[in-house]
Amino acid sequence: MADNRSAKVNMRGGGVSGFIQKYSVIIAWVIVIAVFAVTSGDLFFNWNTLSLITGTRSVVAILALAVMIPLTAGDYDMSAAYTMTLANMITVYLSIEKGVNVWLSALIAIIAGVAIGFVNGIFVVKIGIDPFIVTMGVGTFLAGITLWISNKTLSGTELAPLQNICIGKIFNIQYIFFYCLILMLVLWYMFERTSIGKKILFIGHGKEVARLSGVKVNKVRWGCLIASSTLSALAGVMYSGVTGSAKSGSCNDFLMPAFAAVFLGTTFIKPGRFNPLGAFISVYFLETGIRGLSLLGFSTYIQNIFYGAALVLAVAISALIKKKNIKADKAKKMEALEAENDRDKKEQKSVKSST
Amino acid sequence: MIDYKNIDDNYKMKNAAVFLKNVSMTFGLNKALDGVDLAIMPGEIHGLLGQNGCGKSTLIKVLSGFNHPDKGSELYINGDSVKLPLDPDMLTKYGLSFVHQDLGLVPSLTVLENLRNVQLFQSGMKINWKKEKKAAREILDRYNIKVDVDANIESLNQVDKAMISIVRAVESIKGRADGKGILVLDEPTVFLTKTEVDTLFRLVREVAASGLGVLFVSHDLDEVMEITDIITVLRDGHNCGEAITAETTKDGVIEMILGQKLSSFVKDTEEYEYKEHPDVIKFNNVTGETLRGVSFAVNPGEIVGVTGLVGSGFGEIPYVLFGANEIKGGTMEIHNKTVDLSSYDMKKAVNDNIALIPADRPHKGGIGDLLVEENVMMQVHKKYHPWMLQNRSMRQKAEQLNEKYAVYPNDVRLNFGNLSGGNQQKILLAKWLQERPDLLILHEPTQGVDVGARQAIYKHIDKAVKHGTAVVCASSDYDQLVQICDRVIIFVRGKIVDTLVGHEITKERITQLCYNSN
Repeated sequence: MADNRSAKVNMRGGGVSGFIQKYSVIIAWVIVIAVFAVTSGDLFFNWNTLSLITGTRSVVAILALAVMIPLTAGDYDMSAAYTMTLANMITVYLSIEKGVNVWLSALIAIIAGVAIGFVNGIFVVKIGIDPFIVTMGVGTFLAGITLWISNKTLSGTELAPLQNICIGKIFNIQYIFFYCLILMLVLWYMFERTSIGKKILFIGHGKEVARLSGVKVNKVRWGCLIASSTLSALAGVMYSGVTGSAKSGSCNDFLMPAFAAVFLGTTFIKPGRFNPLGAFISVYFLETGIRGLSLLGFSTYIQNIFYGAALVLAVAISALIKKKNIKADKAKKMEALEAENDRDKKEQKSVKSST
Repeated sequence: MIDYKNIDDNYKMKNAAVFLKNVSMTFGLNKALDGVDLAIMPGEIHGLLGQNGCGKSTLIKVLSGFNHPDKGSELYINGDSVKLPLDPDMLTKYGLSFVHQDLGLVPSLTVLENLRNVQLFQSGMKINWKKEKKAAREILDRYNIKVDVDANIESLNQVDKAMISIVRAVESIKGRADGKGILVLDEPTVFLTKTEVDTLFRLVREVAASGLGVLFVSHDLDEVMEITDIITVLRDGHNCGEAITAETTKDGVIEMILGQKLSSFVKDTEEYEYKEHPDVIKFNNVTGETLRGVSFAVNPGEIVGVTGLVGSGFGEIPYVLFGANEIKGGTMEIHNKTVDLSSYDMKKAVNDNIALIPADRPHKGGIGDLLVEENVMMQVHKKYHPWMLQNRSMRQKAEQLNEKYAVYPNDVRLNFGNLSGGNQQKILLAKWLQERPDLLILHEPTQGVDVGARQAIYKHIDKAVKHGTAVVCASSDYDQLVQICDRVIIFVRGKIVDTLVGHEITKERITQLCYNSN
């Protein structure tokens, strides 16, 4: 047994490169802030920037955390951003045009979110269609519904109570940022410390294994889709509070940033795995980049270029990490096999010499 | 008739339809093939036999260009020396046509598209669908296959699928201008009934009579004796015999398959006698894809082996008992209640304290890119506060288990996929056995496991048995069945043909029963 311990092979990635990989985006974030601070000076490095970055765009963080849940179980939810704009529209339309109490409007919007997730689940789980296709279709359908409700930009004072709980500030940071922070912590807790979080992880990495271990795979997948849509609707309600308005067709500004952040989030903290903290940090890292670039004089087109590129790069990097890990794993596996063989031989020898 | 007496290597090199000479193949530390020769003459039906893992499939994959054999391996086709690994283009050039066990059909395309795939590819931009349809109908009529040419493959039953795949292969080499080529049939009859087998054999004889070579791989000795001219037997990656079919007997072939070395293993237990225990677990009338009304029982503390040839249905047993396969009917009596297996599911199975360790370790057993600790503790979250998981005590438990099962390297934070097959299997045993299951179901428990770990795995199974676990072990490794089982149930064509008890369990008896009882 003692021999066994001494022969233990160190197979974990450690050292400097491990550290850099683990905190890569955070390091990059610090560098990006430093660069903009130098190039734009006080124009960038002020409270206002902090307020902007953590304000309106915080809904992207909610959306990112939402789509991360089914992604961990291996399913795409492309309808999330459309669910969000629909919820935004329902909240604003009902309270402004129909005179419904703003809280009731928000509740109706969230119930709509639950229903959308349920419908996604029927097609994905019950009928067994590729979730990517289903949620794309459902999303487009929802975009149509949103436009049908109203194709104008709606705004009004009726939303004031909702606005109060979203855009009030502590240290120049809007409340909504703290809601996102709480949501991130809740999800982090779920994935780290609850059985259901682990089950979602098992399903995402090995559906058959999970199934044969008694996990109700389909039920859990369905639940993930419902959670995603519900949180997306919550993002829509928050967006109503933050902007005090609704505009159909704004969904395209949110879908890509959310996915870009989630995939970028898999490249650090827990490389190779979807994780809430990684996704959360990535949202604000990307937003910092956008803010800095627009201060340098780039106009709105830079958003699309930046998020598009970030998504592809993030996915590419995480694929490369996986490839590298597989390669390293193979080498380590051979090493371990050889070590094991040597050990067996030694044991045989010692048996022989003792007899 | 070929005069086999006067054939030497030189003659084979010049005249054989296919001559694989001195083929070796190494996987990691294992030699799957070690200097194997196989020659198929034009007009000959050549049987290739051997137990599971003897190297048959590996050899065929060398011939289909899938496997890259070691240096020194040679291949001659019609007198040409052909470079190994075989370039896929050479398959069409020399007319090598394969029917693999998985049939190689595209399930979502139609019969027509599958049957005429080569012709459709070649027609380029102008496919004449009317003409193709007519051609396909003609072929199907000729072989008396009654299916709609526009039906999707996935809507057909196994028999029709098999026939379509075989017919396609035959058609693709029958019309060759040079009249040369070979047809390789790898376990083609598994899903066929007697009548269909006869149709197939008529077809195969026709093919051979036209001067093509046929390689026929099968477990079914009766069929091999009926159809082949000559038989090659492989054992442990070596040639261990060649016999002209007409000059040999079934027993002679079985002896070749088993080897001269008869096992002298004697169980160290007293003579085993089967008596029904009060807590016996019973299975009644289980009917599945191939299983037909099977009933058996297993006592606590007993290891029951189930075995048979490929397609006999024994491989279905583990998944049916665990509720993982949809089945037509059957019941299980466990814990003084009767459950309907057709509405049983895996969650219920786990709650009934049943454990399953499947054969397909990388896809069904464990998750390769998750950690060892995550894999081994997958099942027991409920013991560690599922809403506030005690990660530290879970890690400690995982480490204890690793220690207890002597997993090497001893580190629970490695990826499961990084470990060798034997160590992975130890982890899966630890995963399921820590809960002391009432019924442990194993499917090929030592497949891809090295010899040392094998004994350790048996030891752990034995320990569970001493604690009163009932074990069902579905395996095609006869040595293993002999070594660990108290009773062995033999399946042929979906039914139980015999049950061996205690000292009756020998490799020879099992082999005889598996091959003989048609």
